[in-house]
This record gives sequence, structure tokens and C-alpha cells, in this order.
Amino acid sequence: MLLDYSSSLHYLLALLPEAVLAAFAMWVLLAGVSRRRSGGLGKETGWLALAGLLVAGVANGWLYSGVAEGGTAAMIAVDRLRLFANWVFILGAGFAIVVALPYVARQKLQAGEYYSLVLFATVGMMVMAASRDLMLIFLGLELMSIAVYALAGYNRRDRRSAEAGLKYFLLGAFASAFLLFGIALLYGAAGSTNLHAISEALSAGAAVESLLGPGLALLTIGLAFKVSAVPFHMWTPDVYEGAPTPATAFMAAAVKAGAFVVLLRIFATGLGTLHAEWSGILWWVSALTMVFGNLVALVQSSVKRMLAYSSIAHGGYLLVAIVAANETAAAGLLFYLLVYTVMTIAAFAVVVTVANQGEGGNRMEDYQGLGTRRPVLSICMTVVLLALAGFPGTAGFIAKYHLLLGAAEASLWTLAVILALTTVVSYWYYLRVAWYMWMRDPPAEGRPTDYVITPFGTRVALVVSVALLVLAGIFPGAALEMAENSIRGIMYLAAPQAGAAGP
Amino acid sequence: MTDALFVLFAVVSVGGAVGVVTGRSPVASLLFMVATLASLAGIYVLLEAHFLAAIQVLVYAGAIMVLFLFVIMLLNLGHDYRADLRFGSWSLLSVVVVGLTASVLVQGITGSEADAFGGHLADPAAAAAIDLAVAEKGAVGAIADPLFTDYVVAFEVIGLLLLVAIVAAVVLAKPRGRSEDA
Repeated sequence: MLLDYSSSLHYLLALLPEAVLAAFAMWVLLAGVSRRRSGGLGKETGWLALAGLLVAGVANGWLYSGVAEGGTAAMIAVDRLRLFANWVFILGAGFAIVVALPYVARQKLQAGEYYSLVLFATVGMMVMAASRDLMLIFLGLELMSIAVYALAGYNRRDRRSAEAGLKYFLLGAFASAFLLFGIALLYGAAGSTNLHAISEALSAGAAVESLLGPGLALLTIGLAFKVSAVPFHMWTPDVYEGAPTPATAFMAAAVKAGAFVVLLRIFATGLGTLHAEWSGILWWVSALTMVFGNLVALVQSSVKRMLAYSSIAHGGYLLVAIVAANETAAAGLLFYLLVYTVMTIAAFAVVVTVANQGEGGNRMEDYQGLGTRRPVLSICMTVVLLALAGFPGTAGFIAKYHLLLGAAEASLWTLAVILALTTVVSYWYYLRVAWYMWMRDPPAEGRPTDYVITPFGTRVALVVSVALLVLAGIFPGAALEMAENSIRGIMYLAAPQAGAAGP
Repeated sequence: MTDALFVLFAVVSVGGAVGVVTGRSPVASLLFMVATLASLAGIYVLLEAHFLAAIQVLVYAGAIMVLFLFVIMLLNLGHDYRADLRFGSWSLLSVVVVGLTASVLVQGITGSEADAFGGHLADPAAAAAIDLAVAEKGAVGAIADPLFTDYVVAFEVIGLLLLVAIVAAVVLAKPRGRSEDA
């Protein structure tokens, strides 16, 4: 089937996963309201949200399997990049909801609104990934961000959650203004907000040069905030630590994935001809993010905060792929996003479990002796930590390896060396948690690990994600091939930029 | 003439925006915001977007600002907030950063190609196209037509965005006792 937007029905078909998910989000909202009258724990709204994600996944599969688009200029992209990204978002949202089920019930949060905000945020990400128009990208970004601001501040009985929500909202609105100003200047320069049209105006030399630089700079600032790259990361540790942990898992995994897909779309396709201009800035941002994120993670005493800094560091690794801007790196980025989503949410799932569906037990000491008391949970956490560190045999290693390949292809030797060295540094803080779990005796007094109960849903999610991480670490072929197919043909880069980037 | 008017509106809108932040009380901030929105409407007129300017005045400067004013007065928030503003060494840094950013932007915008549109604020060709569309479809039709054809997806996404904003606001602002029974 060919979608050429000759009739308005084509818009609906091209946006079928988004439309389905938005409809389910509203249904979940209504179900939450009617349930409150009849009482109950609110789990059924969570299951309804999961069903919505499943249906959206089927719709996405239909688009993936046989729908083609006419040309690459339309506002809505029906390309493999978008559909692969949609799988990542759906997977991330699904895991985040499974992890949230017991937490939301235990903390007595308003279930219907919680799950519907997660779904709406996912719709926002999907719109972002689907769009070839800067205006629609901005709208998708705002749809995602506003839902996530509310999720960060969702637990109103917790002061730190309120602080996280307010901080994220104020700084996020500020960053959105930068992004919008950048988009306006690019529109002034190229005469269109369509990425395809911008790309053509740039290669034809028809763009107003003096507006490009400021526009590009403001756009980069706005997006760097969303991926929490240094020096725009200030909000990340506080927001990630203060937000309810399942919401943090969703933010660290899916929201970051959405922002990176948009970065790839904007910089590699629309602004690909300006690679020499933006790669220098992003080179520094990437290097600083890797070094800073990893070094500060070393000294954290809270596991939740350590994972926040680790997510900053992973953002730095992913930026290497954007700077490299070749197909190997871009395919590596997509594969990395898939793996990163799974392992981040799995790590936060363990954090939620050890803290007993609350916010109390996030210190390193709370993991003391967990290995003898809860061996299966500890084995899962250890595998996930090894994958986050990029240990050979896990999917994290394959993902990092492909980022390095992409960097080597673009001759970004310094960045590749920084990536490898900071990865070695990261082993220390990831394995420190494992050391606490396996090598230290359970505390005689204080908070005993005996009370840690793993809910059934979390158990299934953990086992599935560990299986995925190990399986993709040993047989990465299928997923990698899918990522490579997704990237083919979307890059508008003129020539391989050997050694063009960086000082 | 248009240049002089543009400078006037631009100064008022930026000055009003600064006033919103540094205003003595919420009511003062709000009145500064009305000034900003009204001068933005003036800039829309200079850009030949007359319908947009009218809507801007009616909806923003009129209805929404009045609503804001009612809420502020009903909640009795009219006291002095300046004590909450701290002017430390960071504010000096922010002035420097704002100045540097502004100078880069000014250089970029008024650079060698400042005359990209022949020194005019609006592109004459685009203005002519707008005039043609207005003549063909009327002032409302010229906006409504692309809004519901080319940009229908953006329109729908804005609908979702507003719904999410309402849900988020209600969830976060509901009285605390009510959330316990959920």
C-alpha cells in the first residue's frame, strides 16, 4: 500500500499507531475516573494501558510490513527509522507500566491519570519520530515533555517529587523556548520548517547564511537539554532522584530515546550538509558529557542518583554516533537505544523493588547482602549492571562496539578513546553495587533485606529483559540487521566526513 | 515608517517581558504581560497577519489575561514578591550571558545579508501571496484552509497537547486529601 497523502484518510493510516495509542490513553483516563467511584487498586487501568501499547505495536507492525510512502518530503515520515523507534518507545513504555503497577498501588497514586500520562508521553515521542517538520517535532516534544513534567511531580505527598516536577518544568520550558527560537531562525534562513525543504535549500545555497549559525546553536541547546548533555544536565540528578522511581525509569529510557531519534532526524537528514558546522559543537558536548557523567557517578552513595549520572554518561556515548553521522554509527545508535531502554528500566525495576515500592531504600548500604537473601533478584541486577557497563557477552558490549565502529569510520579517534576509557571508569561504580550485593554480609540491624518482595509483574519484566540482554549479547544479528535496515537511505550526508569533526 | 513602528513594538514587547519577571506584584507582572501581548499583535499587523493580530488581542490580551487577573485577585496574591528575587553574583553572570547571546543574535540577524528581503521587515513576495490568499478566501479562510489541510496533523496534536496540559494541571493541583482515596 502506498501512502501519498492524496486523501486525508492517508494521514490517519500513516499515524495509525499514534491514533490508536491516543485513543487508548483517553480510554484509560475515563476508566480511571469511573473506577474511582467503584473502588479498587487501579491495576486494571494499567493493564488497559498495556493492551493499548500492544494494539499500537500491531499497528506499527502493519506499517512496517507493507506500507510504502511516496517520496521523502511529506510532513509525516513512514520510514523504517520512525517505525524502529516506535518499537523502542512501545517497549520502554510497556516495561515502565509493568514496573509502575505495584508502585502506583502501594503509594496510592491516581492510577488512571498516571498510566494515561505515560501513554500520552509515548504518543508525543512517536509524533516526534514520525515528523519531518520542525513544527510538528516541537509539538511532539511538548506533548511528551508536559506529560513527563506531571509524572515527575506526581507523588504530591513527597516534597522531593514536587521539587523535581517544578525544576523539570521551569528548566524544560526554558529549553523549549531556546528550541523554538532556533526553529524560527532556521525557518527564517531556509524559508521552510520541512526538513527535506531545509536540506534542499542548504545544498542549493539558497539559505540566509547569517541566520544559520544562531539558529543551529539555539536548536542544539534546546535538544541538548532534552538529552541532558553536559553542560545542560544540571536538572537531571535532582529530577531523576526526586521523581517516583517508575517515572524516572520511563524518563531515563524512553524520553531520552525519543530525544535522540529527533537529534538523529534533524542533524543527520535536515542539517546533514551543515555537518562541518555542528559536529564541532557536538564533539565537545559529547566528550564533556562522557567524562563528567562517569566521574561524578563514581562518588554517588545513592543507587538511584548513580543511575541518573550513568544515564547522562550514556547520553554522551550516544552523542558520539550523532557526531560521526555515518550509517554504521546511526545503526549503532538505534541498536544502542533499544538495549539502553531495556537495561535502564530493568535497573530501575530492581531499585523500585529493593526500596519496597517506595523511595526509602536507595542507598548503597540497602543492597548489602542482597545476594544471599534474594539470589535471583541479585543475579538479574548483576547482569543488568554488567550490560550497562558494556561487559562482553551482554548486549551492552555489542552496542558500544558498534558505536566505536561508527566513530572509527568517521576517524573520530579522540572520541573513541574517551568512550573506551570512560567505559572502563564506569565498571567501578556499576560493579560497586554488585560488590555490595554479593561480598558484604547483610546488616545486623537497620533495614534488613529480608523484607524485599519482588512483585510478579516486575519478576516477569526482569527475567524477560535479562534474557533479551544476554540473547542480544550473544546473537545480536537480527536486531542489528533491523537497525541497519532502518537507517538505510535516510541520511542526506554528502560525503564521508573523514576527520572533519573535532579539534 | 514600518521600521519605526517595528522598533517601537519590539522595545515594548521585550521591555514588557522583563517587567513580567521583575514586576512588584503579580498584578503588575500581568499588566506588563498585556503590554507584551498587545505589542506582539502590532508586530503581526506589520507582518500582514491581520486576522492573527485581531485574535491575539481578543483571545490573549483580552479574555485570557482577564481570567488571569480574576484568579490572582480572588486568590489574594497581590503582595510584594520582590523579596523572593535574589540578585547575587549569578545575576551578573546571567546579564553577561544574555548580553553575549543577544550580540551574537544581533550580528547574525543584521549581518551582511540583512537586506535579504530588500531591507523590509516582511518578504514582499510572501506579502503579495498573503494578499492574494486573503482576496481569494477571505481573512479567516486564508488561515483556516492550510490549518485543516496541510497542517491538520499539527492541529490534532495541539488538541492532544491541551488535553494533556489540563490532565497534568488537575492531577498536580487537586486538593491533597482527594488523592488519598485513589
